Amino acid sequence: MALINFLKPKNQLEEGGRSAALVQRDEGEPEKKCPNCHKDIPLSRLWANRLVCPCGYHFRMRARQRIKMLVDKDSFHELFAGMKAGNPLNFPGYRDKVENVRAASGEEEAVVCGTAQIGKQDICLFVMDASFMMGSMGSAVGEKITSLFEYALEHRLPVIGFTVSGGARMQEGLLSLMQMAKTSAAVKRHSDAGLLYLAVLTDPTTGGVTASFAMEADIILAEPGATVGFAGARVIEQTTKKSLPKGFQKSEFVLEHGFIDAIVSRVVQRKYLAELIKMHNGG
Amino acid sequence: MSLIPYNRVKLARDSERPTGLDYIRHIFKGFIEFHGDRRFADDHALIGGVARLNGNPVTVIAIEKGHTAKERTYRNFGAAHPEGYRKALRLMKQAEKFGRPVICFVDTSGAYCGIGAEERGQGQAIAENLMKMSTLCVPIISILIGEGGSGGALALAVADRVWMLQNAVYSVISPEGCASILWKDSSKAEMAAARLKLTAEDAKSLGVIERILSEDDIGKKEFYERIRALLAQELVELSQDLDLVGKRYERFRRIGVDAVNKE
Repeated sequence: MALINFLKPKNQLEEGGRSAALVQRDEGEPEKKCPNCHKDIPLSRLWANRLVCPCGYHFRMRARQRIKMLVDKDSFHELFAGMKAGNPLNFPGYRDKVENVRAASGEEEAVVCGTAQIGKQDICLFVMDASFMMGSMGSAVGEKITSLFEYALEHRLPVIGFTVSGGARMQEGLLSLMQMAKTSAAVKRHSDAGLLYLAVLTDPTTGGVTASFAMEADIILAEPGATVGFAGARVIEQTTKKSLPKGFQKSEFVLEHGFIDAIVSRVVQRKYLAELIKMHNGG
Repeated sequence: MSLIPYNRVKLARDSERPTGLDYIRHIFKGFIEFHGDRRFADDHALIGGVARLNGNPVTVIAIEKGHTAKERTYRNFGAAHPEGYRKALRLMKQAEKFGRPVICFVDTSGAYCGIGAEERGQGQAIAENLMKMSTLCVPIISILIGEGGSGGALALAVADRVWMLQNAVYSVISPEGCASILWKDSSKAEMAAARLKLTAEDAKSLGVIERILSEDDIGKKEFYERIRALLAQELVELSQDLDLVGKRYERFRRIGVDAVNKE
């Protein structure tokens, strides 16, 4: 089913949070099991609801699916598509790994950048993709995001960014670490020019991406149930030998601790973001 | 130097090695420590304040590991919480207000990983430092004196000049962490250390640092005098630079550019 054939999306969270939605089943239609409510949901139904289960669970979404769902029809123009990881440290196995991931994911890198319109307003957009080495940030990801903020500064455009990342890409060593400083400096220049940056943190946003551009937006939103943190939960458990509090590092937990502005269901993101952009464009 | 990279890591972690406070005491005069982030607490792993370098006031910030078991526990083994990074940021803003250069000594296995650190926004604290340091209007020099562990080290090293001790290491992840992720075996840390290119020579050839400081006389009077002279000389140059912030941007902007294939 094409993504643009949306039915009027329904989301049970918006209707009072009941998870008892009746699921219509066609004979033989492919289904996907929801890890939250354990029901088998027909794929067509999931797609119509932007990969959100009737129970509210947000499945992971590919970068290009997200872009299609989010921006005005045919308005996306990709930028910096030719920037790809090399193997600067000659890290054994890295080149093969990247080639395999490219073949499997159909993407050249872990982030897709470009310009688009949302509610007829011009924006710059970056969307990370978990299926490319868990959205890890190496030199190419850093270069693409930096270049996007520089482009947005030059054209005086707001930036909307969707993050998903396991952190810095260790196969590029120190060069990956330095991308945190490089992207942060570009975000700062864009910010100092009075321009808006909106981040939407999706599952999972961790490590070096959390400790740089994910946490540097003017307005930081997150999807429900997304893991958002710096250190990995397993590492924390092993290091501190303490059991973690309930809901630790989930977006609801991070909201309670004051580090994000709001949790926004994917079903209403398009309208929500368009309105926020509009409010910063003089109403 | 014939030390394999993992032996450098061990040396960088050695508790006998001079710590942040040793450098502060021997290089500067009249250090006055300032405590607290004004938000939550005073982090003992990260210290800072004002001191004089050849008579001129500077802001000094250091991660302190301690030497003895008792000291190391008190200093949380040099792993700062968000309040440590926020204290550093407060002192850097203060330095900017009063036109003092900032000198940082970095020595950490990484920002502390724990429940409280996450609850108080470790990622946000580091991110804020990276952003603010990129446009701070006074010279910043950072010296990696031992371990340069990932984001927790970088949060004090967005500087105009970054120097490393000959046996210090600077890495995106600990060799043990890398080995455990890639090969599910932390005992392969030696192999990971070699592959991560974390030595001072590697960092220099990657364009991440400007200078390697010899350790031949580490801890001796001449050692600290040499660093003092280098700092003083570099600060003269930096304080005359009218495009300090622009050059700092370019310094980081070009890192990794050659590592990207462009079509």
